[in-house]
Amino acid sequence: MREISYRDALKEALKEEMERDERVFLLGEDIADPFGSAYKVTLGLSPIFGTDRVIQTPISEQGFTGAAVGAAITGLRPVVEYMYIDFTTMAMDQIANQAAKFHYMSGGQAQVPMVMRTQGGPGRSSAAQHAQSLEAWFHHLPGLLVAMPATPHDAKGLLKTAIRLDDPVMFVEQKLLYNTTGPVPEEEYTIPFGLADVKREGTDCTVVATSMAVLKALKAADLLAAEGISIEVVDPRTLFPLDMETIVESVKKTSRLVVSHEAPERGGFAAEVVAQVSDRAFDYLDAPIQRVCAPSVPPPFARNMEDYVMIDEHKIADRVRKLVQGEI
Amino acid sequence: MNDRKIPEDLTKDQLLAMYRRMRLIRGFEDTAQRLFENGEIGGFLHLSQGQEAVPVGTCTALRPDDYITSTHRGHGDVLAKGCEPKYMFAELYGRTTGYCKGKGGSMHIADFSQGIIGANGIVSGGLPIITGVGLSIKMRGTDQVAVCFFGDGATAEGGFHEALNLASLWQIPVIFVCQNNLYGLSQPFSETAYDCDLAQRARTYHIPGECVDGMDAIAVYRSVKEAVDRARSGGGPTFIEAKTYRFLGHYVGDPALYMPPEERKAWREKDAIAKLGTQLRAWDYLTEEEDEAMAASVQAELEQGVEYARSSPIPAPEEALDDVYVHFDYAGNPR
Repeated sequence: MREISYRDALKEALKEEMERDERVFLLGEDIADPFGSAYKVTLGLSPIFGTDRVIQTPISEQGFTGAAVGAAITGLRPVVEYMYIDFTTMAMDQIANQAAKFHYMSGGQAQVPMVMRTQGGPGRSSAAQHAQSLEAWFHHLPGLLVAMPATPHDAKGLLKTAIRLDDPVMFVEQKLLYNTTGPVPEEEYTIPFGLADVKREGTDCTVVATSMAVLKALKAADLLAAEGISIEVVDPRTLFPLDMETIVESVKKTSRLVVSHEAPERGGFAAEVVAQVSDRAFDYLDAPIQRVCAPSVPPPFARNMEDYVMIDEHKIADRVRKLVQGEI
Repeated sequence: MNDRKIPEDLTKDQLLAMYRRMRLIRGFEDTAQRLFENGEIGGFLHLSQGQEAVPVGTCTALRPDDYITSTHRGHGDVLAKGCEPKYMFAELYGRTTGYCKGKGGSMHIADFSQGIIGANGIVSGGLPIITGVGLSIKMRGTDQVAVCFFGDGATAEGGFHEALNLASLWQIPVIFVCQNNLYGLSQPFSETAYDCDLAQRARTYHIPGECVDGMDAIAVYRSVKEAVDRARSGGGPTFIEAKTYRFLGHYVGDPALYMPPEERKAWREKDAIAKLGTQLRAWDYLTEEEDEAMAASVQAELEQGVEYARSSPIPAPEEALDDVYVHFDYAGNPR
């Protein structure tokens, strides 16, 4: 199978869905050529579809999010881009009180088929306002769906599904994933929301990981395999809806669980997984559930401090090793 | 007095319909207030007695397929666009027959089948949304227009400025109708900005701006009609400040001690409903008997509406779990 980048996989999804459905259009800052967006996902789309469908907005997150809500509830299917997930703060009323609530508070009359693409995560010394991982906020909001693809294959398949759904979707990419490559079929495919993917099978410990943490967990699996420890890496792919069946089945098999993400540990998505596994698979556990997440501090600037707070394969492997060896 | 001159741009039927609709709004608000004070309905109730001329004048210039957004004080706006009292009362009672099946209440009444995108509990919430409605109209290539109702309180919010900028940039068919009732809750509008000339503020965005007497339904109609004609023919957005007054407090239970008694009395004397009634009689469009008959028919419609709401089914509590998503149940299971 051909290999393409995460960036190109996303671009293909946008292009194919815009060709398929003329109601789909893009809205965001600096998304038209020649700049083509900060991480170049939309580069090359405005020459194809024109600036009437690749609408470059002023720096006006509240304004263009509201515009997307208004367009979505009157028959169009906008895909907005927040350059950094940190900037969603500027649009929070429109995301949390409007997009997420319209279907419910109108008694089911309104549908809000909009996708909010954005990216987060540390690793480039971007500091406290350009490197956060805020997915837990959106995961917490009834009315929103949240996708977090880790691979080019998942990025394309999930984005195509997100655009076709009639519910608002927060679609969280990761800045260091854009240049990663992986197999992506040439032919049409979509990936349903709420279907986890077992990225690697194993027997001694389950690692549930999201986004960049999936790649780190897979590296940890290689390190541990050399020591004779076998881990199963489960990627939920969508935080909500969440495929607990696959996670619970894996825990029943391995009897141990580590949950990992780049976001701060306190109140993070991992806590939800831990709680649900405690509810549904407590009797199958041989050890306490562990979280490998960032400490609850803002992302620091200095490279060595950023490395210190970021998760990596060694931190995941160390925790798994301790669990399997009975030290926790 | 202009009151002697019969309007040439509005028919007798239109004028009588405006008059009746304003009385229906006043009656709806008075009834809702009584029901709230009796403890029959709960939540928050932001009433609009005194402001009726603005929504009725505005919506008289609209077509059924045009859109409006409204505010927490939205009963009058949605009634003017076509909502029926009985389904609104049912919503206030939290019944399944309400516009939002009891999930929205007073601050979220919407009827998408009539372009009523809804009241909104967030001050300025509808302003960014209306830009998307306008963009959607433009992209779909129809000649609809979209009206955004909002209060003076919204004008200090960031969303107000972002929306005016986008509407101007995109030249979309949107009419911003500011219902300036002089107070944002208790704060006098005059204390919220150095320059309170809102039409001037709109013009800085190159949006034609006008200030009209919000206690004169015909004046509001004429101002909005001009804006609608401009928007339908591709002329872009308009901003209208309608100066009006909230006869009562911010919500039921607010004694409005911050509103000077002499000010309240002066605005009561400008009552838009009384004004239009006087005009209609002066133009021989309405006899005393017809006036009384109209009052009785409004009262009957409201009473029947309340009765409809009272006798409507109460939702099962677990219906709270429905309508969170289109494609999933609230727990995330596909449906």
